[in-house]
Amino acid sequence: MQGVEGFMYPNEVELQWSVLIVLYPFLTGLVAGAFILASLERVFNVEAVKPTYRLALLTALAFLLIAPLPLQLHLGHPERSFEMYLTPHTTSAMAMFGFVYLWYLMAVLVLEIWLDYRRDIVLLSQSTTGVTRLIYRAMTLGSSNISERALHIDERAGWLITVIGIPSAFLLHGYVGFIFGSIKANPWWSSPLMPVVFIFSAMVSGIATVMLVYMFLTWSRKQTIDMRCVDTVARYLFYIFIIDFTLEMLDLIHRIYESDESFRSLDFMVHTKLYVSHIVVQIFLGTVTPILLLGATQVLNLTDRARKRIYGLAGCLTLIGIFAMRWNVVIGGQLFSKSFLGYTTYKMGLVTREGLLTAIVLTVLPLVILWVLVKLLPPWPERHTRPDSVIAHAR
Amino acid sequence: MNAFRDAGHLFRLAGVFAAGVLLFLVLRSFLVPKSFGEYGHYRGNALAEIAARPVNFAGHETCETCHADVLEKKRDGKHAHVNCEACHGPLAKHADDPSSVTPAKLDAAVLCVRCHEANAAKPKSFPQVVSADHSNGLPCDTCHQPHSPAIAAEPAK
Ligand code: HEC
Ligand code: HEC
Ligand code: HEC
Ligand code: HEC
Repeated sequence: MQGVEGFMYPNEVELQWSVLIVLYPFLTGLVAGAFILASLERVFNVEAVKPTYRLALLTALAFLLIAPLPLQLHLGHPERSFEMYLTPHTTSAMAMFGFVYLWYLMAVLVLEIWLDYRRDIVLLSQSTTGVTRLIYRAMTLGSSNISERALHIDERAGWLITVIGIPSAFLLHGYVGFIFGSIKANPWWSSPLMPVVFIFSAMVSGIATVMLVYMFLTWSRKQTIDMRCVDTVARYLFYIFIIDFTLEMLDLIHRIYESDESFRSLDFMVHTKLYVSHIVVQIFLGTVTPILLLGATQVLNLTDRARKRIYGLAGCLTLIGIFAMRWNVVIGGQLFSKSFLGYTTYKMGLVTREGLLTAIVLTVLPLVILWVLVKLLPPWPERHTRPDSVIAHAR
Repeated sequence: MNAFRDAGHLFRLAGVFAAGVLLFLVLRSFLVPKSFGEYGHYRGNALAEIAARPVNFAGHETCETCHADVLEKKRDGKHAHVNCEACHGPLAKHADDPSSVTPAKLDAAVLCVRCHEANAAKPKSFPQVVSADHSNGLPCDTCHQPHSPAIAAEPAK
């Protein structure tokens, strides 16, 4: 049969999980990563990265709203997915994920954004007109109390939510890793390191996204980029990337040393079918290169211009690398036979329901939503003129 | 108290959440089937619901009461054990009321290859043809009679 080498069981020839299932962990990873960046800024009170705090929250929201869509499109009966809320199935990891998602969306992200923006929303509801005014009015929930004391309460409540939010963000993405890591029938996935690797790669991709979005938006608004801020974000990216890479290598070394019955088959796959996406794109282009680039900015004394260029390049390569990592996990895990004697090929559709075009639309859609959110709730510091006394009070 | 007044917006928010949860619970009570969970994580009367669906297939005995001529032909042919509705489709409605429901005409060109197109997965003993070579594009029923398809057997009778 075309595209099949060696021995495949009949149900292994066609891949069940398509490029959309690759996209899904990629998108949730961006959410978790962006949120963790914002939270670290808030909890550890890092002044330098303040300009990206709100942007990170909005980015997380924009991507989180779209994240379930690839799953819905993958389902034959998407309308039935709602039933996991109606009749919850407590022993199914996938079914319980609906609640993790809802908790994270409603109890953490929306709440934190609302509390942080409440002052702006009240002010905007007074200064705008027409439909926008109605939208802002609805968002105030009819309360225009922005007295110092009220804002102080918001600040405290927001802090509490952030503290709850960090484990929630870890849960959100650790969960995705858990789904793969707990499939004991598949040696490419089954590893307790999977959730941890997923979380760190999520942080890497989220931080890179926020950095790129911040640089792009600031540039498009013809403002000067706050280099102190970008340098700090890039430094975080560098450190966390090193941890992520170490974990991935640990996983690899562990597999090589353990060398169980699946090893020869997987090793062969990595050297043939997955060579380009795993070795070339994920490891060299998407991991080692950005780490070296970011490392260079730490060691060498470069001009602002050069650093900006390098950050831009490293950020893009990082995202490509993380996407390749999701690809290699999801697609790679379905290319080999459980008999360890054969390999199949993934044939991606182009204009099908689960094809390339859909994947591209789903990647662009969050950026459109982000654009709307940024218009609706401007994250820029010049608008963010909270009285200093309030902030000082809150901490 | 002052603190209460200044946290008023938080109470409003809690109210919105409570309203959302309430709405969900109301919707849930309507949407979850009544017999759900009676025995396990499924609708208790699932079988009864399926049994209550209208019958679509009449079964070949029913057809044969009226179409004795077809039965006559078919009985000795190679399709003797192929059910009427395997080819003609579900026709319970026609069997109930033959005058108002007329079965659709079958297209032998698509019907026969559904079972007889050569395929390595089919048992060797099952008669198969590569239709492109075998019939040269002619509809199968120009040479075969659907109800008694074997050709060689005919003259011997
Ligand atoms: C109650 C008697 C009766 C039963 C039972 C019955 N039929 Fe008929 N069938 C008829 C009559 C009468 C006609 C002719 C109707 C017409 O020409 O409009 C007919 C016509 C047909 C035709 C169309 C013939 C043509 O000229 O196009 C087909 C095919 C057919 N029946 C198949 C079936 C099958 C299959 C069944 C079993 C599911 C069945 N019938 C059960 C009485 C019956
Ligand atoms: C192998 C498939 C097949 C089976 C099994 C089959 N038929 Fe047919 N039947 C056909 C085809 C093909 C025609 C011709 C096209 C048409 O008239 O719709 C036909 C025609 C008919 C006709 C129209 C008049 C005629 O005699 O040509 C009737 C009535 C009929 N079938 C009844 C039956 C009944 C009753 C049975 C079950 C005893 C049956 N068929 C089983 C394929 C089948
Ligand atoms: C629902 C499946 C089905 C359809 C549709 C069907 N057949 Fe058959 N056919 C069979 C079966 C089953 C046999 C009997 C095989 C056996 O005897 O082992 C058979 C036997 C035959 C034979 C006899 C082969 C031999 O061994 O001599 C011929 C010829 C034939 N079919 C032609 C046709 C034609 C022509 C049509 C379209 C009008 C048709 N079949 C539609 C299932 C089907
Ligand atoms: C030009 C006339 C003609 C046409 C058209 C035709 N056949 Fe045949 N077919 C024959 C003859 C002759 C035989 C051999 C005699 C026999 O086995 O009954 C035969 C045999 C068969 C057999 C039995 C093969 C075996 O290995 O036992 C099947 C099945 C069959 N035909 C199916 C079809 C199908 C399906 C079509 C339509 C795509 C079709 N035929 C169209 C003439 C025809």
